[in-house]
Amino acid sequence: MSDIQVWTLVFVVITFGIYIYIAYASRVSTTSGFYVAGGGIPAPANGAAIAADWMSAASFISMAGIIAFAGNGYAGSVYLMGWTGGYVLLALLLAPYLRKFGKYTIPDFVGDRYSETARLVAVVAAVVVSFVYVAGQMAGVGLVFQRFLGVGTTAGVIIGMVIVFFYAVLGGMKGITWTQVAQYSVLIVAYLIPVVAISVQITGIPVPQIAFGEILGELNGLQEDLGFAAYTEAFTQTTMLNMVLITAALMFGTAGLPHVIVRFYTAKSVRAARFSALWALFFIALLYTSAPAVGAFSKLNFIDQIAGTGVDETPGWFNTWADVGLITVDDVNSNGVIDYGPATGELVINNDIIVLATPEIAGLPAPVVGLVAAGALAAALSTASGLLLVISSSVANDVYYKRINPAATEARQLLVGRIAMGAAIVVAGYLGINPPGFVAQVVALAFGLACASFFPILVLGIFWKKTTAMGATAGLAAGLGTTIAYMLWTIDIYGNSEGLWGIPETGFGTIGMIINFVVTIIVSQFTPKPSPVMQELVEEIRYPGKSRLVAAHAEGHLEDVPEDEWLGEPPHEPRSR
Amino acid sequence: MDATQRREYWRRNLRLMSVLLVIWALVSFGAGIVFVEPLNNIEILGFPLGFWFAQQGSIVTFVILIAVYVWRMDKLDAEYGIDEYEEEVHHS
Repeated sequence: MSDIQVWTLVFVVITFGIYIYIAYASRVSTTSGFYVAGGGIPAPANGAAIAADWMSAASFISMAGIIAFAGNGYAGSVYLMGWTGGYVLLALLLAPYLRKFGKYTIPDFVGDRYSETARLVAVVAAVVVSFVYVAGQMAGVGLVFQRFLGVGTTAGVIIGMVIVFFYAVLGGMKGITWTQVAQYSVLIVAYLIPVVAISVQITGIPVPQIAFGEILGELNGLQEDLGFAAYTEAFTQTTMLNMVLITAALMFGTAGLPHVIVRFYTAKSVRAARFSALWALFFIALLYTSAPAVGAFSKLNFIDQIAGTGVDETPGWFNTWADVGLITVDDVNSNGVIDYGPATGELVINNDIIVLATPEIAGLPAPVVGLVAAGALAAALSTASGLLLVISSSVANDVYYKRINPAATEARQLLVGRIAMGAAIVVAGYLGINPPGFVAQVVALAFGLACASFFPILVLGIFWKKTTAMGATAGLAAGLGTTIAYMLWTIDIYGNSEGLWGIPETGFGTIGMIINFVVTIIVSQFTPKPSPVMQELVEEIRYPGKSRLVAAHAEGHLEDVPEDEWLGEPPHEPRSR
Repeated sequence: MDATQRREYWRRNLRLMSVLLVIWALVSFGAGIVFVEPLNNIEILGFPLGFWFAQQGSIVTFVILIAVYVWRMDKLDAEYGIDEYEEEVHHS
């Protein structure tokens, strides 16, 4: 065993031990604990949990590599702005109001606010989006185990499944939330230590966010010498229109992702929901402002060490990644030297290795490499568990309890929730071991789908009292339908990859969202208005503080409240949890 | 809160939201994308300004926007005497 393997094993065992201990300590016995942690998580902890839930294998492992290596540098900004800008929308337009509405899931809001048909469409959309996403996380777990511990991908995924199974099934949302707080701590430390170290190594400045400005000039020059576009130059691969469309799809998609929205139900109060959003984005920004620095520093180091190096003289880290097939070298012109450039075809680098390889590229000691591996696992597992909870609660709460057996006892609901969670983990594991060939593409598409389906009907449902059930259902179907159709039509495997007016499938979600808004508004003009009590409830969620109507809705007997008592105080003290 | 106070509270909430969302769009879609090329002619600490907005500035601004929102809404709630109790009703 190499030093790196030993240290990776040490960190993995320690962190997994912590996760299991937390899960055991916070096991739950009520449905509200299982689905929303009893709604009693303090804001900073909830923020850290949202951040860990949000930052997936894609953010931790892939993003810096995509910025620096998939594009020239600037093009990757769509992910940086898109995956953070959505939180402004969430904080201002959704979080406080959904918290006041007080149900467990997006389908719950959609079902209560609109209709049972809309609830079912929402369940299907939430489950599809979550499965697409979770497959990518499991694949990430497999990648880390394969590269750093040398146990095959399959064994790696199974180990990940067992860990998630243990704490998610036992602790539900409560276990997941506190575990995610621990996972956030692990992943942010693992991300920041190497980037600060490299920043000091190269520029002498310990703040990478400021330091990487110093090397941009040099990097621009190096890229131009090799025949690439300059690192900071705009619109070299993506047009301005497409930059706007893709960024918007990622932003509005973020604000419509079920596993993020459910988090605001775990906050103690409306005020705590607002603070949770602030903490979450702050914690996310720590990683997201560092990622472009990781990308720039790694690209500089990479070009320095590899471009023009003899094929037989490559450094050790390079050979390890080449051995597992994630770097491919082919000396096309047989000159014995790696010619790195846009058209030489001699060097192919998988974007997913950049963050994992960064400490080795910079020659940092083995413990740091092990820590980064543990951080990547934390990022993948935390996101996977949040998604699995959405799948489980959609099936057990929105389908089983609301549709099939409304008389189910709490113990029975919990059991169904746990079984659904177990089944979801098995399916996710299978998808992780046998990923459909287009996983990376499909994950990007999940945002387009969330943006075209949920965002408009949530916002209209809150801000426009006269949005009708038929309007929202028609809008949801139209937005989702056109977006799926366009995606299938333009995905490489199905044909016309040019699309209409050169709009990429990842940006079409924005168009789908506009269609959804327009259809919902038009159909709402001509269909039966929501009941007066529902309109009054929508009015109520605009103001913090308690009222009779909101309390009755939360308890599930909205229609029993006589009209003259709508604005009164709740009849009794809230139940203790 | 009576009906007039509610209208007033909601109007001020909407005004705050609109101002913040305009800034949100200006830094990301504006400075980061549409005006990125002219802004790139200005260089600060090695960063072309448009590129900086796309990779750093917009994210920092987003955090500040939410902080301002949370702070202003807290003030607004206090002004209207909403003293939210921490133990809200949650169905079980």
